[in-house]
Amino acid sequence: MDRRSAIKWMLSAAASVAIMDRAAIAAEGGATASVGYGTDPDLVKIYKPGDVWALTLTDGQRRAATALCDAIIPADDKSPAASKVGVPDFIDEWVSAPYPGHSGDKRTVVEGLAWLDAEAQKRFGNDFADLVLRQKNAICDDICSFAKAKPEFKKAAQFFRKFRDLTAGGFYSTPEGMKDIGYVGNVPTVNFDGPTPEALKHLGLA
Amino acid sequence: MPHIASSKTQPIYDVIVVGSGAGGGQTAYTLTMEGAKVLMLEAGRNYDPVKETPMFQTSNQAPLRGASTPDKPFGFHDSTVDGGWQVPGEPYTNGSSDPARQFWWWRARMLGGRTNHWGRISLRNGPYDFKPHTRDGLGFDWPISYEDLAPYYDKTEMLVGVYGSNEGLENTPDSPAGCLLPPPKMRAGELLAQKRTKQLGIPVVPIHRAVLSVKQDADSLPAKIHPKNVRAQRILAQAMRERAACFWATDCGRGCATKANYQSTTVHLPPALATGNLDIVTDAMVRAVTVDERGKATGVSYIDRKTKEERTVKARVVVLAASSAESVRILLNSKSARFPNGLANSSGLVGKYIMDTVGARLGGQIPALENMPVHNEDGAGGNHVYVPWWLYKEQHAGKLGFARGYHIEFGSGRRMPGMGATGGIEGITGGNYGKQFKADARRYYGSFMGFAGRGEMIPNEDSFCELDPTVKDKWGIPVLRFHWKWSDHETRQAAHMQKTFVEIIESMGGKAGAPDATGAAAIEPGGKIIHEVGGTIMGADPKKSVTNQWCQTWDVKNLFVTDGGAFCSNADKNPTLTIMALAWRSSDYLLEEMRKGNL
Repeated sequence: MDRRSAIKWMLSAAASVAIMDRAAIAAEGGATASVGYGTDPDLVKIYKPGDVWALTLTDGQRRAATALCDAIIPADDKSPAASKVGVPDFIDEWVSAPYPGHSGDKRTVVEGLAWLDAEAQKRFGNDFADLVLRQKNAICDDICSFAKAKPEFKKAAQFFRKFRDLTAGGFYSTPEGMKDIGYVGNVPTVNFDGPTPEALKHLGLA
Repeated sequence: MPHIASSKTQPIYDVIVVGSGAGGGQTAYTLTMEGAKVLMLEAGRNYDPVKETPMFQTSNQAPLRGASTPDKPFGFHDSTVDGGWQVPGEPYTNGSSDPARQFWWWRARMLGGRTNHWGRISLRNGPYDFKPHTRDGLGFDWPISYEDLAPYYDKTEMLVGVYGSNEGLENTPDSPAGCLLPPPKMRAGELLAQKRTKQLGIPVVPIHRAVLSVKQDADSLPAKIHPKNVRAQRILAQAMRERAACFWATDCGRGCATKANYQSTTVHLPPALATGNLDIVTDAMVRAVTVDERGKATGVSYIDRKTKEERTVKARVVVLAASSAESVRILLNSKSARFPNGLANSSGLVGKYIMDTVGARLGGQIPALENMPVHNEDGAGGNHVYVPWWLYKEQHAGKLGFARGYHIEFGSGRRMPGMGATGGIEGITGGNYGKQFKADARRYYGSFMGFAGRGEMIPNEDSFCELDPTVKDKWGIPVLRFHWKWSDHETRQAAHMQKTFVEIIESMGGKAGAPDATGAAAIEPGGKIIHEVGGTIMGADPKKSVTNQWCQTWDVKNLFVTDGGAFCSNADKNPTLTIMALAWRSSDYLLEEMRKGNL
């Protein structure tokens, strides 16, 4: 690994998501999903959600998911909203995947979206997707922090955290998301120059 | 990649090489360049990195944004074909159900094996690493010294292309002038670590990796590598000219279509094939080495995975380089009336003293890296720096509580965002959403660093593999059963790693994740670092080793093992460069013995 590229996984603390998934794989004995992309897929091909396995969220779930994606990542002056770059499709792909761990994520997401609509009906008499921004924010404020969430919102906060990780992973891996976050690599260059003078100054190393 | 069908093999070869990775690739290269007729057998499928490498694909162009799955444990775009810690239809077992005593066996079923995806970290063992028993009374000395292998390290570095620097550090050998390519500039987090850890006495220096930071000198290197062989020089010069310099983008784990890094399929096999002396049969799952009535190897039997037919091929010499554990499996499955316990096993040591690298990791968040001015930090598709083991004197004085050292690999930087793009941020901000979340994502991106220790394990009696008495793979071949145990030397070393990571992160003004003070929780399972070696250890005494210093089995003189199996210690230095240097040295000996008529 280090792969090693093997140390790909440790390049940020953020990679802990992937590490946990790998531990789950081990716990389940590494059984290979029969309807996944297999152990020898075409790596050069460009894939989109739904190409390898069917998407399974219902229209109602997709509607709630789209609204929540955009509450988490709305348009601003740097980049579009999450739904404008295909994040709901990606979330559907993720929860519909035939691999270990994904069925648990599907349960979390489906139950969470159902809770979201029920909560929206209870408070405002409408589905989450039909709420105005102020109303959406009122619900999100209660569940966006697991640490600060009241006991009755803890389960919803767990869902929110998972959904935010999926939304952010789906969004920042697009060209629009990469540009927003400031990733400017993946281009061939003749030389590698290291940090710019501005970056060195920022670090106090200029 | 030209190769042949199993029905087209010659009646007899000079040498059969089983395996096409670092050991098999180097062996076939050395032998064919000197005129030997070689048949290479690879269990996996043919693989062509020039056509199959996803060079600029982004994670949103892969299923699940490229996240790891049981089908692709290192993520979708990792080059591995039909591989992982589990291979469908090809199981292995563990002797114990204790979670702490499991061994994870990684395999790749593809031409070039795991050299296609490896980390390219290419460190020389130092003088101490060949004589560990002499130094501290533990484990085994190698029957060779650093000086014996140094000329082969030189040649291997020149052949494959390794960037790095000479730092004059203890037991961390410098390379002679002309061996190394210039190291890439350090990234922001690497520079900060170097500056701040100075006060801790921890050196941050350029790492050595098999990546062409500049184009190889095809005009002068071939004559240094093959001084008396004009034809080999010409073939190698052509092969070197076909390799591009790194263009400072894309992760090396994907492989490299421009041949800018080392993988057997782009560096060893093309010139070996150009000699006209190499046949390659892929999808050839070797079952056993065949022997004659005098106990000499005559060839191997294998299963053609496409036709399911069992075939045999013949050669004057057989070289196993199937990966240390797979070679053990082949030897143990090569049973006969004359060798009821498997071939080359009169010592009873085939499968014994398997080792991995000690691994433990810890992450941290570094405020100084927040809000960094936007710039490209892709670099060489892997590490630019590392921390070589720095406490030799304290350890030798008995002050550390564990006997062997480790080095630290660390990752920083503004890497291509994937599924983990914003993970860990909730731990800092408490968790939010909307425009504030987007602002936070920009602020914290690239401010996380991960540290991984890579340490030496001492061989022990409780870590070995044998044939499982009942389980067979889908080809009907008995599988391996592993037994594993870390000693206190390794768990204490892992605890020391954790303590050191916290010190480094705090020296950078950062906040570390939760360290494990005991080491027992932090230490990775055996096999997880994919540096498994041993099992056919070399030595000076036929009763206490399986091979001699030439990786030649004591019992069968025309049988060699040139993967990591011959390692009788596993220094913290990643094993691949040493596997190649050792395979080259053994192949030179093999050629000489063949010329003398001794094989």
